[in-house]
Amino acid sequence: MTIESRPPPPQFVAKLRRALGGRAGWSGFVFQILFTAALIWIGYEIVANARANLQSQRIASGFGFLDNTAGFDVSQTLIPYSGSDTYTRVFFVGLANTLLVSVIGIFFATVIGFIVALGRLSPNWLLARIAGAYVEVIRNLPVLFQILFWYLAVLAALPNPRQSISVFGSFFLNSRGLFIPQPIANPGFLPFAIAVLVAIIVALGLRSYARQQLFAHGRVLLIWPYVLGVLIGLPLITSLLLGAPLTFEFPQLKGFNFAGGSRVIPEFVALTLALSLYTAAFIAEIVRAGIQSVHKGQMEAGASLGLSRGATLRLIVVPQAMRVILPPLTSQYLNLTKNSSLAVAIGYPDLVSVFTGTTLSQTGQAVEIIAITMGVYLLLSLVTSAIMNFYGWRLSRSLGNT
Amino acid sequence: MKRVSLVFTLALAAGLSTQIASAQTLKTVTDRGMLSCGVSQGLPGFSAPDDKGNWTGIDVDVCRAVAAVIFNDPSKVKFVPLSAKDRFTALQSGEIDVLSRNTTWTLSRDTSLGANFTGVTYYDGQGFLVKKSLKVNSALELNSASVCVQTGTTTEQNLADYFKSNNMKYEVIAFGTADETVKAYESGRCDVFTSDVSQLYAERLKLANPADHAVLPEVISKEPLGPMVRHGDDQWFDLVKWVLFAMVDAEELGITQKNVDDMAKSDKPELKRVFGTDGNLGEQLGVTKDWVSRIIKATGNYGEMFDRNVGAGSKLGIARGLNQLWNKGGIQYAPPIR
Repeated sequence: MTIESRPPPPQFVAKLRRALGGRAGWSGFVFQILFTAALIWIGYEIVANARANLQSQRIASGFGFLDNTAGFDVSQTLIPYSGSDTYTRVFFVGLANTLLVSVIGIFFATVIGFIVALGRLSPNWLLARIAGAYVEVIRNLPVLFQILFWYLAVLAALPNPRQSISVFGSFFLNSRGLFIPQPIANPGFLPFAIAVLVAIIVALGLRSYARQQLFAHGRVLLIWPYVLGVLIGLPLITSLLLGAPLTFEFPQLKGFNFAGGSRVIPEFVALTLALSLYTAAFIAEIVRAGIQSVHKGQMEAGASLGLSRGATLRLIVVPQAMRVILPPLTSQYLNLTKNSSLAVAIGYPDLVSVFTGTTLSQTGQAVEIIAITMGVYLLLSLVTSAIMNFYGWRLSRSLGNT
Repeated sequence: MKRVSLVFTLALAAGLSTQIASAQTLKTVTDRGMLSCGVSQGLPGFSAPDDKGNWTGIDVDVCRAVAAVIFNDPSKVKFVPLSAKDRFTALQSGEIDVLSRNTTWTLSRDTSLGANFTGVTYYDGQGFLVKKSLKVNSALELNSASVCVQTGTTTEQNLADYFKSNNMKYEVIAFGTADETVKAYESGRCDVFTSDVSQLYAERLKLANPADHAVLPEVISKEPLGPMVRHGDDQWFDLVKWVLFAMVDAEELGITQKNVDDMAKSDKPELKRVFGTDGNLGEQLGVTKDWVSRIIKATGNYGEMFDRNVGAGSKLGIARGLNQLWNKGGIQYAPPIR
């Protein structure tokens, strides 16, 4: 066996290699442009091809359907809606419902998650075991199963409208939901709202003044009587001068159901409950990992300063842990938002149910509707990420790690 | 559900290039050796798997009859269970050759979906199922009721129209599948479950105490249910259409599963044309001359199929009503085989 000496690569090949390596210089730039152009061309071909074929099979395409009348009703609408509105309106009704369940779900998931994490880290043996069991049970069961469980559990526990559970004769709970008195704004509502706002701003101003005095001069100011006085006094004075800002319309049993008042539907309760509890289990683990990533010397330092365990956690450990917690926490928020699309299983009218479901099957325009829906979820996720990244950036700046 | 429809949509968007050659469905099916048939996720009487996994029902029998004509073997069908909202995308994307899934024939579905209805297998209408304990005797007494429906059906629009034109208020809760809808109705979330009447009878059987629930007398819509095929393949459209016509014509001519071999020997000119002993009508459809006897041997005539699946011979016990032959008081009518 002979070993042939390999000829050195010709000039051209060397150049091409450099270009493909694309480290610097005009040749790498050319290659990147060519690659981008190829990607755009492939994307264009897919769209053009799909469009041509849709036309040749005479499947309706385009976005004109959005102006057509929807002709069906929705059980929970945050914006005014009736069957004679357009599909565009249906889209916004569904989007609002998705946003509502996501925002409230994220709030409760965060609160429960932090509580469970602190419980798991607690020196109290029983508390730590209960929190641990919660995490292991909840995060290991499929979320769709949990949604169905809470829905059927909630429904099974509730009576029919004629045997409603009544609280003070103005709150009613039955299998149609929770009926609560609906506030109706009186003429005095606007001044009242302004008074509340002013009171809150004044209270916040007082607090920051007190902090400044504490940090700058070591003076401890007693401000809570003033804060309380402003918060209660200002709104009270306006409502005494201008009459009650709100009156309430009470729900009443009419026919099959209650009329008047506002209502929280059981689908919403079950979905929010299931998503919050499910995501909270993951958040708990993330928070626990974050807190444990902070050196235990920090905890001891806090204790040696005479701070309580709670104050040490709040003032020293958690702010440092947040840097570790934030990125995976953002992922959990995104997951919760996307999991809310399982709502159709229990009849909660979210975006996927009313738009990607009913609208799609009534119009048959799958490509357009799926594209819009994907765009919406992408946008929601990007906005959530942007907010969390901004928060993370501010946090790291305040910790002095810019 | 969601993932399935996404898959279909991606297939539709990117894979339509292969679809352009769909003008030869019969050849594609023959080469594949299997008919792909879209059915429901389980609706007794129309398409439902039994405890051994065999599919039965009217919609299933239509597909079996088509398979019998092509392969002389009614078992060469792959049944694809589809939710109401995924069904059209599955047909458009080429995932299935025939959609036989209790689908209502409407103008918009016949035009904008890129598909055609081949006929009416069952004349249905939308009705209401209520608990007897509510003491409601008419749909007009349903003001302020909560109504459970399955999403992705014509039902939601009919419901909105009916309550609006009768100046009644209601609340609608729409679920993804029929099972979820019925479960919510049973747990007391709704006063009323609305769907096609045939489906109400079928779902009522699944309830814990069927006798506690009643179907109200009002039928608020026309729901002619039938199979669908894709636009752009007229030969395939003709074949699926005439399989159903042949079943109806066979009942009218008195051809049954029992007497089909005797009838095939008849020398009546009409029967000779039907059985292909005279002329080549089957070959004009692109299949064999004995296509009608293949259908009847596989599934029986229309009346036999009806009785076995939804009529007197089944658990549903639905009367023939509109689905009786035209010369016996119903409106089932098929053009002649000649």
